[in-house]
Amino acid sequence: MKLSITIMIVVLIVVFAIAVYVLIKFRRKKGQTDVPEQVEGNFKLEIIWTVIPLILVFILAVPTVQKIFAFGDDHYNEKGSVQVKVTSHQYWWEFEYPQYGVKTAQELVFPTGKNIAFELKTADVLHSFWVPSLSGKMDTNPDGTINRFSFSTDKEGVYRGKCAELCGPSHGLMEFKVKAVNPDSFDKWVAAMKAPAVLPKDQALAETFKKSCLSCHAVGDQGGPVAPNLTGIGSRESVAGILLNEGQDGGKPVKENLKTWLEDPQAVKPGNKMPAPKDLGLTDEQIDGIADYLANYKLNY
Amino acid sequence: MAHAHSVKRHKGLMDWLTTVDHKKIAILYLLAGGLFFGIGGIEAVLIRLQLIKPMNDFVSAQTFNELITMHGTTMIFLGVMPVIFALMNAVIPLQIGARDVAFPFLNSLGFWTFLFGGLLLNLSWIMGGAPDAGWTSYTPLSTTTYSTTHGVDFYTVGLQIAGLGTLIGGINFLATIITMRAPGMSFMRMPMFTWTSFITSAMILFAFPAITVGLVLLSFDRILGANFFEVSNGGNPVLWQHIFWIFGHPEVYILILPAFGVISEVIPTFARKRLFGYSSMVFATILIAFLGFMVWAHHMFTTGLGPVANALFSIATMLIAVPTGIKIFNWLFTMWGGQIRFTSPNLFAIGFIPTFVMGGVTGVMLASAPADFQFHDTYFVVAHFHYVIVGGLVSGLLSGLHYWWPKMFGRMLNESLGKLSFWFFIIGFHLTFFVQHFLGLMGMQRRVFTYLPNQGFDTLNMVSTVGAILMGIGILFFLINAIVTAFKPKGVADDPWEDGRTLEWAIPSPPPEYNFKQIPLVRGIDALWKEKMAGNKGMTPAEPLGPIHMPSPTILPFVMSVGIFIAGLGFMFSKEDFSNSFMSLIFNNWIVVIIGLLITFGSMLLRSLYDDHGWHIEVEELDEEGVKA
Amino acid sequence: MSTTHAETVDGALPHEPEKATLEGRNKVLSFWLFLGGEAVLFGTLFATFLALRNQTNEGPTANELFSFTTTALATLILLVSSLTSVFAVQAMHRHNVAKLRVWLIVTVILGLGFLGLEIYEFSEYVIAEKFGMTTSAFSSAFYTLVGFHGAHVAFGVLWISVLIGQLFKKGLTVVTAPKVYVSAMYWHFIDVVWVFIFTVVYLLGKVG
Repeated sequence: MKLSITIMIVVLIVVFAIAVYVLIKFRRKKGQTDVPEQVEGNFKLEIIWTVIPLILVFILAVPTVQKIFAFGDDHYNEKGSVQVKVTSHQYWWEFEYPQYGVKTAQELVFPTGKNIAFELKTADVLHSFWVPSLSGKMDTNPDGTINRFSFSTDKEGVYRGKCAELCGPSHGLMEFKVKAVNPDSFDKWVAAMKAPAVLPKDQALAETFKKSCLSCHAVGDQGGPVAPNLTGIGSRESVAGILLNEGQDGGKPVKENLKTWLEDPQAVKPGNKMPAPKDLGLTDEQIDGIADYLANYKLNY
Repeated sequence: MAHAHSVKRHKGLMDWLTTVDHKKIAILYLLAGGLFFGIGGIEAVLIRLQLIKPMNDFVSAQTFNELITMHGTTMIFLGVMPVIFALMNAVIPLQIGARDVAFPFLNSLGFWTFLFGGLLLNLSWIMGGAPDAGWTSYTPLSTTTYSTTHGVDFYTVGLQIAGLGTLIGGINFLATIITMRAPGMSFMRMPMFTWTSFITSAMILFAFPAITVGLVLLSFDRILGANFFEVSNGGNPVLWQHIFWIFGHPEVYILILPAFGVISEVIPTFARKRLFGYSSMVFATILIAFLGFMVWAHHMFTTGLGPVANALFSIATMLIAVPTGIKIFNWLFTMWGGQIRFTSPNLFAIGFIPTFVMGGVTGVMLASAPADFQFHDTYFVVAHFHYVIVGGLVSGLLSGLHYWWPKMFGRMLNESLGKLSFWFFIIGFHLTFFVQHFLGLMGMQRRVFTYLPNQGFDTLNMVSTVGAILMGIGILFFLINAIVTAFKPKGVADDPWEDGRTLEWAIPSPPPEYNFKQIPLVRGIDALWKEKMAGNKGMTPAEPLGPIHMPSPTILPFVMSVGIFIAGLGFMFSKEDFSNSFMSLIFNNWIVVIIGLLITFGSMLLRSLYDDHGWHIEVEELDEEGVKA
Repeated sequence: MSTTHAETVDGALPHEPEKATLEGRNKVLSFWLFLGGEAVLFGTLFATFLALRNQTNEGPTANELFSFTTTALATLILLVSSLTSVFAVQAMHRHNVAKLRVWLIVTVILGLGFLGLEIYEFSEYVIAEKFGMTTSAFSSAFYTLVGFHGAHVAFGVLWISVLIGQLFKKGLTVVTAPKVYVSAMYWHFIDVVWVFIFTVVYLLGKVG
C-alpha cells in the first residue's frame, strides 16, 4: 500500500508540474495573431507515456498478486488458530467459539499473538465484517457463499468494529467492540462465560427476566439464541455496540446506557428487532431493576 | 417557422411533444436532465447536512437510506445520462455533416421513454416511499422480506423503462455515425467527441441489456414470487452482484467517455492547436471500452471470489490506467506550444485534468485487492468515484455546455458568471471530496446515516458539508446564467469562439432545421479549420442545392411512452391489496398492464401501417432570408 | 436523409429492395445492432439459468420434468419455420409478392404451432408436476429464460402477420421490403436462441 501511494504521488507531481508549466508558458498574449504550429503528435513521446505507466503497473501488480494469494490462504483448520464463527444480524454481531463451546455477542474477545480464523455468515441481509485498525473487511453472505479469513495482533487493547455493507436503517450503528487480551485472560474469560448463569436475586424480577427477556436472549446456560447473548454484559465496553460505557471517550455508566436502551430500543437503533420492554408490559421499576442487574453482571478476566 | 408547408406544423407545447428534430430533442434532454440533476443535487445537500455533525437527527435513518439510494440512482441514470444525450443530440449530426440522426422517430421515442421512466422512479417519493437499498440494490436487502415498501419496485420498473430509452438512443447514434457521415468524413477524420460518443453508444448496446435482465429478475422475485435471489429456495444473492456490475462498471465508462470527448474538443479550440496524438486517442478510447467490460468484479473483492479471480480483476483494472494516462498526456501536449485562452468552457476543461488524474490514481490504488479490503465501502471509495464522476464527468459536461451553448441557443452565456460558477464549483468540489479520502482511511464506512463522536470524523465532515454548499452555489450561478442568457437577443456568429475547428461551427447558430443547406465536403481532420487555413470562407459543398427531405413530426413516441408508463405502474401494483374494489379489479387482473401495452403496441402498429413520407423544403424557401427557423 | 426520396414502384425494384434507400440500409444495420443487444440479453438469462439450474429446492428436477419428444418436435417446427422465412426473402428478391406472402403465412403458422406446443408444455408442468414460477430457483430461471423466448416468438408472429397484411395492401415497395427483411433477421435470431435453449436447457437437463 505504501508502494502504491508513493508511485501515485510521483505520478501526480509529474502531471501537475507539466500542467502548471504549460498553463503559465503558453497563455495567449494580447495581440497575438499568428497561428501556432499544428503538431500531429510525436511517436517517441507517445511511446514513452505508454511504456512508463505499463512498467509502473507491473511494479504494482507483482506485490499485489503476492498479497492476494497470501490473504486468500485458509487458516481456519490450522493448528493453533482460534476459530470464531461470526454471524451477522440486523443489527448485531454474534461470535461463536466452536473450540470452546462459547457464544457471545457484540464484543469479540480474543487472545493476542494467536491467529484468529473467522468463518463469516449472515442470518439475514448482507453485512461486512470490519475491524479497521486490525485488518481489511470481508462480506458476510448467506449459506452457500460463506467466507473465511483471519488476522492476529500482538497489541492488547480495545478496537472498534463496524459493518461495512448497507444493511438497513441502522447500518451506521451496527458497531461492535473487539478486545485483544493476553492468553491467560482469554482462558479466564472462556471459563467465566461457561459458568452457570447468574439470575436477578429478587425472585419476582428473575421471573420477569426469564419470561420477557430469556425467550430470545441468553445468559450463561439459560435462554434462547435469537437475540444477542447477554452473559457478562456489565463488563463490556458498550451497550448495543454504540452506547459507549465508562472508560471510553464520551462513555457513560453502564446502567445509564442499559436504561437508555431499554426505555426505547427503536430510538437508539431504528429498525432493530427488539420489542420495546414497555410494550411487553414491563414497568419502569422492573426496567430499572433489570438494568441494574445487567449492569452488575460482570465477568472477571 | 411561419412558412406554408405541405405538412401540418405544430406550435408551442405540441411542437415540443411531437418534434423529431435532433436539436429540439437535445433541448428536451437538457431540460429533463436539468430537472433530475436538480433533484439529485438537493438530495446530495440533504445528505451532507445530515452528516455535518456526529449523531445528527436532521433526517431519520430510513429517510437517509432513501436519500442515498435516490441520489445515486438519479444522478447516474437520470441526471448525467440525459445531459450526455443532450450534447450528443445537439452536436453529433452537426459534427459529421448530417441533416439529422438515422432515426428521428426513434430519437424522440428514446427521449420520452427515458423521461417517463425517470418520472416513474421519482413518483416513489409521493407514493409510499422511495427505494432504500442503495443504488446497487444488493439482494437480499432489496427483496420484499427486508424492503417492504414499493420503493424498490419503483426502482426496478422505472430503471427498466428509462434504460429502454437509453438503449434506443445508443442504437440510433451508432447507426447515425456509421451511415450518416458527410462525404470525405472517414472514421479517422471524425471529431473526438463523435468518436467517444460512438464508443459510448456501443457500450450502451452491450451493457444495458444486462441490467435489464437483472432488473427483470429482481422484479419477478418481488412481484411474482420468483426465487432468483431467495436463498431459502435455492437462489443466489451474489448472482445479483455479478449482473449488476457487469452492467455497472461499463456504465461508468459510458458516462466518462463523452466527457473525454468534450475535453478533446474544447482544449484544441482554445489552444488553437490540433489535438495531439489523435490516433492514439482513438486507440485509447477503444481500449478503455474493451477493458471496461473485463473488470466488473473489482467491485466485489470483499464478496469472497477467491484469490485467482481477485488477482486477475486487480491487474485488468490497473491496466486501464495506461490508456487513460495516454489521454491525459495528449491533452497536456495539445496545450504545449499553443495559445491558451481561459474562457469558461476551457476553465472547466483545464480543471478537469488534475481532478480526473486524482480520481484515476485513487482508482489504481483501489484496484489492488489487498488494499481494497481496507478501502472498500468507505468514504475513500466515495471520494474516488466523485472525483471521477463529478470532478471529471460533470466538469466535462459543464465545459461542453458552455462551449456549445451558443450553437444550441444562438446566445453566448455570460463569461463572468461562467467563471464565477467555475470557481465556486471547483473549490467547493475539492473541499467536499478531498477530505473524504481521509475519512475513509480513518475508518468511516459509506452509507452511514450518522457516526459516533470522538473518531476524528467531526471536523472533516463539517468541511465536506461546507464544500457541498459552495458547489451548489456554483451550479446555481450556472442556472442563473442560463436564465439571464435566455432573455438576451439571439444573434451570435456561426463561429462565436472564433477558433472553431469542426463542422458545427460552419453553419448558423442555432442551425436551421435542416442543418446544412448543402452537405459539406470534408477534406481532412478538423474540417472547418482546414478550410480556414486554406483561406476559404466556408466549407465546399458536396452536392448541388436541392429540395431537402424532412421527417414529419409525430405524437406517437410520446403516446407509446405513456403506454409503457401505465403498464409499468400496473405491473408494480398487480399484487397490491386495495381497499377499493374497483382498483383491485383493474390492477389485480392485469387490466392496467394490458391497457398500457395496448396503447404502446397500438401506436407501434399505427406507425407501421401509415408510411411517413415526410415533407420537403424547396429550394426557393432555402434562399429566402430568415428561413433559419 | 437522402434529398431524393425514392418512390419506386413495383417492377422497377432493384434486386435487393431492402437496401434500395438509405432508410432501408439504416434499418438493416441497426437491426443487426439491436440483435447484438438481444444477444447480451439472452446471454445474461442463460448465465442466470446455468448458475441456478441445479437449485431445485426439492421441486422437480430437469431430468424428471422434460419430455424429449415435445421439445424435439418444437425444435423441428421452429427450424423449418426459419427455412420458410429464407424462402420468403428469396421470393422477395425475385419480386414475387404472391410467393413471398405464402411463405410468410407458412412461417406464421409454424410459429403458432411452436407457441401452442410451448403453452401445452408449460401447462403440463404447472398442473401435473406442480412446477410453477415460485417452486424453486431452477423453476424461476427456467420460466424466465424460456418464457422470454416464447414472448419473442409471439411478438414475431404478430409482427409478421401485420407485414402480411401490409403486403396485401401496399405490395412490395422500398418501404415494405426492409420490414420483411428485418423481420426475417429477427425470426432467424429467435430460432438460433431456441437452438441454444434446446441444448442448454433440455439436452443438458436430460443428460447432466
